[in-house]
Amino acid sequence: MIKKGYYGHWGGAFIPEILYETFRELNTFFEDVKKDQAFWNEYVQLMSTYSCRPTPLTYAENLSNRFGGARIYIKREDLNHTGAHKANNVMGQGLLVKRMGKKRVIAETGAGQHGVATATMAAKFGFDCTIYMGEEDVQRQRPNVFWMEKMGATVIPVTDGSRTLKDAINEAFRDWVSNMDSTHYVLGTVCGPHPFPEMVAWFQSIIGIEAREQILKAFGKLPARVYACVGGGSNALGIFQGFMQDDQVALVGVEAGGKGLASGEHAARLAGSDASPGVAQGYKTMFLQNSDGQMLDTHSVAAGLDYIGVSPILTDLWEKGRVRFAAATDSEVMDALELTMKKEGIIPALESAHGFVQAFKEVQNLGKDEAIIINMSGRGDKDIFTIANAYGDPSWKEFIIARAEQYKK
Amino acid sequence: MSTLEEIIRTHLQDSRILLMTHLVLGYPSFEVNREVIGQMVQNGVDLIEMQIPFSEPVADGPMILKANQESIAKGARVEECLQFAGEITKEFHIPFLFMTYYNILYKYGLEEFINRAYDLNIKGFIIPDLPPEEGREYLDLVRKQDMAPIQIFAPTSTKERMQRLAENGAGFIYCVARRGVTGKKTDFDQDFNEYIRRCRSATPLPLAVGFGIRSKDDVDFLTGKADIAVIGTETIRLVDEKGAAAVGPFIAGLR
Repeated sequence: MIKKGYYGHWGGAFIPEILYETFRELNTFFEDVKKDQAFWNEYVQLMSTYSCRPTPLTYAENLSNRFGGARIYIKREDLNHTGAHKANNVMGQGLLVKRMGKKRVIAETGAGQHGVATATMAAKFGFDCTIYMGEEDVQRQRPNVFWMEKMGATVIPVTDGSRTLKDAINEAFRDWVSNMDSTHYVLGTVCGPHPFPEMVAWFQSIIGIEAREQILKAFGKLPARVYACVGGGSNALGIFQGFMQDDQVALVGVEAGGKGLASGEHAARLAGSDASPGVAQGYKTMFLQNSDGQMLDTHSVAAGLDYIGVSPILTDLWEKGRVRFAAATDSEVMDALELTMKKEGIIPALESAHGFVQAFKEVQNLGKDEAIIINMSGRGDKDIFTIANAYGDPSWKEFIIARAEQYKK
Repeated sequence: MSTLEEIIRTHLQDSRILLMTHLVLGYPSFEVNREVIGQMVQNGVDLIEMQIPFSEPVADGPMILKANQESIAKGARVEECLQFAGEITKEFHIPFLFMTYYNILYKYGLEEFINRAYDLNIKGFIIPDLPPEEGREYLDLVRKQDMAPIQIFAPTSTKERMQRLAENGAGFIYCVARRGVTGKKTDFDQDFNEYIRRCRSATPLPLAVGFGIRSKDDVDFLTGKADIAVIGTETIRLVDEKGAAAVGPFIAGLR
């Protein structure tokens, strides 16, 4: 018999006793809404008025011509309110919080997109909101901190451990075990204890449902391959679910190769060979850890992919051979980003650009009568400080120096 | 009845409340750990939980979190912790438990870890992120060796849940005194009394109470209500601020 919340060997709910009742309640509410067509309809309606759903599927004609292989389509999750697919999960959980009658939400954030999305949801629904963000990510993604605070959220920089996403998750759990009566933890990805992987995947499935319909309409047949970046894995699972039953569609997850898989400075769990099975942050998956089981420091130019673990659902699909994994290095990401901006006038987030890298490597091997979809999980203009810095853009540097001088006066 | 419970019941004939203390192995160093344990045992501590550090200690507050991280950063390895534990159980003759998170056991190999702990004369385990639903194999292996898989009650646990947990436990029950993580103050009020009554009615196992116990007043309050008072963060703070030598007098003054 398969235990609830398990995907093959992976998943589970390794939670402290203090949260047992909270999870029992959350599971009950989630099971109820899953069966309730009216809830899903309300969710779709909300996303079509408060966000931009359905998001378009853009034919990237110039990029397609540049590579001369399959047609490249881009699923535009960047056109969601707040600029990323994170809005889907957050608004869905927001509706659930309303049903549960809780008044406060907390969330972790890496790149800041999930934090910003949670802050907007909290503002719209009238919840108190606290966001935990690794201190290193606060530095990398300062503009998002500004917006979260402007929308009324409290942003708490996390100074423990590696000061990135995993540490923000630990702090959010520490908050939750103190305040579970009033508070819901809006976990941002398809990781953590059951029911989070299933619940977040359910809300994100809206991407794949739309994409499948759109590609059939635009291209007349299913795509040969679908590409998505994988941090925790929520945007990837979102779009993959639309094609899971279509065996002819190859599903490709692209992880952060950082400075290269051989460098040790990356966040590739399934594409590399550095990860091993483990249990942390409430679930069992492949983690980047040492032989004692201590989690390693990860690296990526993209804060949203800079994480030790990966969705148990994806690990299962990887093990079963349904999803293939690849890694893109920081420098490949910058090249793919530049090409996409120049050819299409589209600015993918650094995270999303990982998916573009692998698609660009493979697209010329496919015939012109084929199509591929790249899931563009978010927009890149939020990354202006990181991207400008990575390009070493001289006029941007001058601007920053001049602005800093103004503030000194 | 497990060996651990027998030892506890024997001690309870002479003492109205037992003391269990906690420390993080390798923090600030194994040498200081040894000195602190010596002070604790000489001053009447009845049981000690030795925490094997883990990089993601989600149930712990800032003080113990920092101790975990610094121990790992200074290079403490699991093997070193195990060898140290073996030396300690030879030198001091009170029951010792391992407290850690599940990944440490899982990565080592669950059965190998439990057998190794048995060989080291460890009497039980406290694994806060391993509920019985996820720990069937662990529970079977630990009990087979007559060690105690300590189960945890929380103020949010229903009576039915407590009964279910107790069926899986042995040795004693660790009652978390309040919501939150380790190292913050606990108000021992009417709600707490009701909670302890609920714990007591759910199981015949001895009850240990931990989280936020810092002083003789706290221990006095628990006497007659619980069987074991757990001092965790406070001795770590004390060692940080005043050094290992301060632990003995502090412990001596608790009862």
